[in-house]
Amino acid sequence: MKKEILKLRGVKVHFPVQAGVFNRVVGHVLAVDGVDLDIFRGEVLGLAGESGCGKTTLGKAILRLVEPTDGEVKYISKDDNETELTSLEKKDMDPFRKKLQIVFQDPHSSLNPSFTIFGSLQDPLKKFGIKSKEERRKIIGDLLEAVNMRREYMDRYPHEFSGGQRQRIGIVRALCLEPELIVCDEAVSALDVSIQAQVLKLLMQLKKEKNLTYLFITHDLSVTEYLCDRIAVMYLGRIVELCDSEDLYNNTLHPYSEALISAIPVADLDKQTKRIVLEGDVPSPVNPPKGCPFHPRCPKATDICKTEVPTLKKYSTNGNEHYASCHLIDLPEIS
Amino acid sequence: MEDKNNIALSVRDLKTFFYTNNRCNKAVNGVSFDVEKGKTLCIVGESGCGKSVTAATIMQLLPTLSRIEEGEIKFQKDDKIINIEKLEKNGKEMREIRGSDIAMIFQDPMTALNPVYTVGFQISENLKYHTNLNKKEIREKCISLLNDMGIPLPEKRVDEYPHSYSGGMRQRAMIAMAMACNPKILIADEPTTALDVTIQAQIFELMDKLKKENDTAIILITHDMGVVAELADNVAVMYMGNIVEAGTADDVLRRPTHPYTKALLESVPVLGRGKNQDINPIKGSTPDPYNRPIGCQFAPRCNWQTESCDVMPEITQINETHQVRCHKYEQFFEKYK
Ligand SMILES: Nc1ncnc2c1ncn2[C@@H]1O[C@H](COP(=O)(O)OP(=O)(O)OP(=O)(O)O)[C@@H](O)[C@H]1O
Ligand SMILES: Nc1ncnc2c1ncn2[C@@H]1O[C@H](COP(=O)(O)OP(=O)(O)O)[C@@H](O)[C@H]1O
Ligand code: SF4
Ligand code: SF4
Ligand SMILES: [Mg+2]
Ligand SMILES: [Mg+2]
Repeated sequence: MKKEILKLRGVKVHFPVQAGVFNRVVGHVLAVDGVDLDIFRGEVLGLAGESGCGKTTLGKAILRLVEPTDGEVKYISKDDNETELTSLEKKDMDPFRKKLQIVFQDPHSSLNPSFTIFGSLQDPLKKFGIKSKEERRKIIGDLLEAVNMRREYMDRYPHEFSGGQRQRIGIVRALCLEPELIVCDEAVSALDVSIQAQVLKLLMQLKKEKNLTYLFITHDLSVTEYLCDRIAVMYLGRIVELCDSEDLYNNTLHPYSEALISAIPVADLDKQTKRIVLEGDVPSPVNPPKGCPFHPRCPKATDICKTEVPTLKKYSTNGNEHYASCHLIDLPEIS
Repeated sequence: MEDKNNIALSVRDLKTFFYTNNRCNKAVNGVSFDVEKGKTLCIVGESGCGKSVTAATIMQLLPTLSRIEEGEIKFQKDDKIINIEKLEKNGKEMREIRGSDIAMIFQDPMTALNPVYTVGFQISENLKYHTNLNKKEIREKCISLLNDMGIPLPEKRVDEYPHSYSGGMRQRAMIAMAMACNPKILIADEPTTALDVTIQAQIFELMDKLKKENDTAIILITHDMGVVAELADNVAVMYMGNIVEAGTADDVLRRPTHPYTKALLESVPVLGRGKNQDINPIKGSTPDPYNRPIGCQFAPRCNWQTESCDVMPEITQINETHQVRCHKYEQFFEKYK
């Protein structure tokens, strides 16, 4: 039986846009604009979409690294206790912070250059009550070995490591509190291909060993297909398609996902397809278009798309649940 | 490649070294290739393998502390052959070639665009310097270039500054600038690495158009084998200052013969191959360029390395188009027969 670890309902994150001498609020960036999403224990859920569509903001909102403007984020413990995180006092968040961790995109900026690796990584352990230094060294040393690095490296400084090594140190930091879910935000995007493959393999191995759940944020759909069980595609702050990762490729329902997939350069001469070239850039999330937010760029748009917002509906492809929000889907909706 | 008239640029045994802290980095260490008119040559390889230095050498844009050590860069201008390596870096001839005959675009468009001038002004400068058009014609040409590059409202955008353009639009403005004088050769150094795939698709569409309509020869530098599969007519795979394998896209992608090329292809997940595909990381990482392996540069990471690999392998021409630099190539190529 699949069990949820997180249930998101109507999550919104709106950032105020200020202008003028008095910093008057003149509008809002609708970075995340109403997301419903269940994340199941033990799955790898991919979150894909163009830059600026709200992936990072959604990931941070789950951990309350940014405060959601509206909506609920429910955490369900292993013994089925539900806690609504967004209404907790900051200090009451701590036990959940431990269970929900994040690995950031840029391995350079996420480590303090003036501390050794041990110096940087021991803080959270201290905070969560591991008093003996010996024990902290043991935990970090063991994890370094788990990511194929030497224990001694903990006494070195960040500049002594390559990008791939620093990314692995970021993973060690996320792992040291024994989390249940890790948000990986573009965790391999900045790495050279050969190093990227090392880190991807490592993430998969750790997931098995430690029973982890990942929310894997990336703009690279080839990586999501390989790594993820399900994929959510975002556009302008909303999820437009959510399905089994292979169905996204084989039974694409949303025209935006279709365009994204066709634009990915594929390293196989037998799998070349005609690229669908979308006109223009992603519109500003301050004034998203009326009707379907994708209609100004959608090659399939019709009149109804200009006025009516399509909602995320449930369908079935290949025997799997498949959600998409588009007026033109020609499949029976299931309840 | 027999038809010499088809070759826009020919590089032979090119060596470019850096000298820092009394040490020498052989960043480009004996590289040869041809670029054909109306064709795209992709140079692919990991970070630090010498792709950008090769490009900078052709453009004579090398930083201080580095110099062309050996080799030839022959550029066919009309009916003359010009040896670029013999030209003075900032001499009149080189400046004329740069920007008009050979143009370059970069990963970060702001290295080419100046934030304090309008986009139109910057394109005009190029046209003023390299053509005989009058003021009105120049403005019209600027607008039509921006229009060709898919910039919306070009009559208005031409008078705007680069900062009011989005990332993808800046990239297109830079291409417009590069294309202003109808260059014979376009060198693109990772022009889309920082962009979304949707915007990348727009840029690729443009590059394909240039190639077909203007017969431009394109050198496209990338680390992405997907981009190679999509755009390349010919491919050169670089590793630590050498081209280790080269040929047509078919040669290199369907019959990869160098262990490094194979490893690069096996290390990326391919969209459409599903969840159960296998990817294989290349073991280790690229060596310290100041402390290189003695023979084959790939040896420490190669699964087939033996004693003979302590000697740098020569280039072998497997057939008319396909060449490889590996002692054991026969054993790999055999399989494709
Ligand atoms: N300005 C410089 N001073 C000293 N060494 C340099 C300089 N620029 C490049 N190098 C060295 O030359 C070698 C080749 O670098 P190059 O920039 O061509 O790599 P690349 O293949 O373009 O990599 P990337 O994919 O990261 O752009 C490297 O060893 C690099 O450290
Ligand atoms: N702290 C912030 N203040 C104002 N706007 C923000 C902030 N963080 C993100 N945004 C905006 O919210 C939108 C979504 O951003 P982000 O979640 O970072 O996108 P992604 O991770 O998908 O690239 C973008 O328009 C971005 O500029
Ligand atoms: S609703 Fe209309 S505009 Fe939106 S994705 Fe579907 S077809 Fe395109
Ligand atoms: S020469 Fe030897 S070490 Fe180099 S790639 Fe060939 S087999 Fe591997
Ligand atoms: Mg992001
Ligand atoms: Mg480079």
